[in-house]
Amino acid sequence: MASAIDLHKLYKTFNSNQVLRGLDLTIAAGEILTILGGSGTGKSVLLKLIIGLLKPDAGQILVEGEGIVPLQEEELLKVRRKVGMLFQGAALFDSMSVMENVAFPLREHTRMTEGEVRDRVREVLALVGMAEVEEKLPSELSGGMRKRVGLARAIALTPRIVLYDEPTTGLDPRNVDKINELITTLRAKLQVTSVVVTHDIQSALRISDRVALLSDGRIADTGTPAEIAQAEHPVVQEFLAGHL
Amino acid sequence: MRGAESTRGLFLLLGGRVTELLQQLGDVALLSGRTFYQAVRPPYELRALVQQMDQVGVKSISICGIAAVFTGLVLALQTSYGLARFGAKAYVGIVVSLSMVRELGPVLTALLVGGRVGSGITAELGSMKVTEQIDAMRALGANYIKKLVVPRVVSTMLVLPLLTVLADALGILGGMVISRYEFHVDSHLYLSTIWRNLRLADLLSGLGKTVVFGFLIGIVGCYNGLEVSGGTEGIGRATTATVVTSAILILISDFFLTKFFWWLEILA
Repeated sequence: MASAIDLHKLYKTFNSNQVLRGLDLTIAAGEILTILGGSGTGKSVLLKLIIGLLKPDAGQILVEGEGIVPLQEEELLKVRRKVGMLFQGAALFDSMSVMENVAFPLREHTRMTEGEVRDRVREVLALVGMAEVEEKLPSELSGGMRKRVGLARAIALTPRIVLYDEPTTGLDPRNVDKINELITTLRAKLQVTSVVVTHDIQSALRISDRVALLSDGRIADTGTPAEIAQAEHPVVQEFLAGHL
Repeated sequence: MRGAESTRGLFLLLGGRVTELLQQLGDVALLSGRTFYQAVRPPYELRALVQQMDQVGVKSISICGIAAVFTGLVLALQTSYGLARFGAKAYVGIVVSLSMVRELGPVLTALLVGGRVGSGITAELGSMKVTEQIDAMRALGANYIKKLVVPRVVSTMLVLPLLTVLADALGILGGMVISRYEFHVDSHLYLSTIWRNLRLADLLSGLGKTVVFGFLIGIVGCYNGLEVSGGTEGIGRATTATVVTSAILILISDFFLTKFFWWLEILA
């Protein structure tokens, strides 16, 4: 299977805190890969590097074969059309309604008429089970609803890769199940490559094709959920025991 | 030995501060360059610009108007009091109008707008930064400088001269009321001294300054907002920094701009 994302010898330091220390990872097209790691291990940083919001100190990032590290902000805008991202707190624009939030990338990148934009917004909102909220403001939505609207916005342009930053954090079990189901449904319907970062091991084992363990700035182990559940790597064991 | 160490420490501290200041100046210059580049490059964000002009301009009218009226009242009181000693209180109109148009109108309006609008810009962009909305905008392939910074900076540059014209007019009218009822200077005389003596160059030098003040308020507000770190506490620190920095920059640049416009007037 062709790779959608290749990360090669990535290093990233914030002040004196070295977050990534030569991280290598390949993510195959169409798979759901979950990156598991404790708090402060650099999971969100990794996603921001993949979408070009941050630059690594050293190393290479290939998105569908294209090296994105040397690209300037203007050039990155084109790469980002291929990648959708759901942020941890959904990051909906406060001043805009749900409709305007989801319509934002469509108005920015397409020549759709207003009618077509509305139809597409309704379509993606229906896909994430949020058909009735288009005129509401983000402040009127619950945490789970905000995440689903954030996901609708991320997939509005039909990206080939979707990045999920802690999609289930802070949600009740019912909403956790809904989001997990959405991740697998979207992969099935849109054939997207999905990269999920989380410390929710139950969700990771449930939805992933592969799980990668991030520890000490490197990928400590990768494998299918079954392989990870039985791995003897000390980091894996600690994580499974809930110590990380 | 201890003395040498403390001197070294002092130099290190000073060096650190100077480096930090230079770094900030460089970042502001870079942001200004990017803002101008994106401002002249299509597509133009006219809807956002109009929204910001409403936010910056229309909603600042009352505060600027009140300040201008009372400044005009006080200015006429003080000036008439001084001029009366020389039997020259008939000239209160031109003194008040020159002071308002050349100096007080532009500077007071800029200081008030800097406090109200500059801090608002910082708080808004700062909260967008800490809630990852700016990252989200970038991740959606949109240019946040064009979307957020350009409308705010350009609207402040466009609106401040308009607010200043209003402040000038209200200040002069306030002065006329005091001159008429406190010092018995005929309103017709008050206005005619202004009409005969106030030049277009006086008005333009005041308004020219406000375009620069508007730019400073907008860019400082945006820069501090985009640089916010440390959550809500960081937003508080950044808004305070915006009010202080923009006020100081307005007062310092006012001196140099006044010299510059004098020089232009002499050349003309």
